[in-house]
Amino acid sequence: MWKRDESVKRATPPAQTPAATSAAPVAAVPAASEPRTQQLGRDNVSIGKSVIIKGELSGSEDLTIEGHVEGRIDLKDNVLTIGPNGKIKAEVFAKAVVVLGEVTGNVTASEKVDIRDNGSVDGDIASPRVAIAEGAHFRGAVDMQRAGAKAPAPVPVPVPAKPSAPAAPGLPQPQAQKVGA
Amino acid sequence: MADARSLTDLFGILGPRRAADAAAVVASSVTQVTEASYPTKALQKFVSCLHGADHPLLLDLGPVVGSNVTFFGEQLGCRIRVEDVADDIDRHVKDGTLEQLPAYFAARFTQAPGSVDGILCWDILDYLDQPAAQALATALCRLLKADGCLLGLFSTAETRERVYTKYVVVDESTLRYRTYPALRQRQRSLLNGDIIKLFKDLRVTDSFLMKSKLREMLFRKPAPRG
Repeated sequence: MWKRDESVKRATPPAQTPAATSAAPVAAVPAASEPRTQQLGRDNVSIGKSVIIKGELSGSEDLTIEGHVEGRIDLKDNVLTIGPNGKIKAEVFAKAVVVLGEVTGNVTASEKVDIRDNGSVDGDIASPRVAIAEGAHFRGAVDMQRAGAKAPAPVPVPVPAKPSAPAAPGLPQPQAQKVGA
Repeated sequence: MADARSLTDLFGILGPRRAADAAAVVASSVTQVTEASYPTKALQKFVSCLHGADHPLLLDLGPVVGSNVTFFGEQLGCRIRVEDVADDIDRHVKDGTLEQLPAYFAARFTQAPGSVDGILCWDILDYLDQPAAQALATALCRLLKADGCLLGLFSTAETRERVYTKYVVVDESTLRYRTYPALRQRQRSLLNGDIIKLFKDLRVTDSFLMKSKLREMLFRKPAPRG
């Protein structure tokens, strides 16, 4: 009985493709015998714990990394999740970045960077929204482009005398607001 | 007593009690970790100081607090650099190199002189000896831009608890004080004159003595004359 069961299993191997599934076009160097990069049902790719990638990683699917990546990650229109086991030494560009593991390098996101509890980022973050959980580690600078909160956006072009600019004298005067006794 | 302990050890009686003792030691060394909200008056002045600046650079000397990053980022659209000086102090305590702190602070910050618009110094100077405090204050003055401002908090109470405080911004007029274990206690409560001497290159623009037993002080770097 047992033998028959095993043979049945062997007869129908899932044959998970070892080749990187579209997300890692360049220089994928697997550390272990097989890169456990698997494609899930939807557009979400996961890089397993034992995988080490050195080089540039780009793609157009959401990606979860549990392994090690060194170099550059470019997922401009997608979500990058660094899992609890993930270790990244790279410049990261993505739509949104969720960090549960370790990142060393600058992180740029067009929507949001979310460093969860026990997540760690050592580098500068540029994103309109940044969330850093209690217990997360962060060392670096945060650049939040003003998310439409207030004040007109800075104009980088030459300045012809514009009447529309709100008064912003050289010496900033504290606005006469409530001072509270 | 020692003999009795070894005897009881033999019979395995003291095992659990030892664990309890160790837990008690940890508890007493950690002291209580508390959290409470207090009003602040200097914070809104600090924020309004920075409102005039375009994409200001803010230096936060406390531990990273996510909601503070969000608050200052959204309020000011600024770039925030978090440099946890409490962590530096703890590291020097662990390594037994506290006497090297002045030299360390003199070379600690990599930003260009005169490049920072605002500094959240919080109460970190209370934890330093005079030479280290002076070295840190001098380094901060050098970093600050003309017209840039610095917010400092100084305890007026002599407390010997080994805790640092995370100051979590609730809004412009409220701070939540959240303590967490430290390896060093506050060294002394600085007098007004001491503080002014530390920041002799800056001008005190506001000083508030709060009911939380903190003196909130706002400093501003005068623009060079001429």
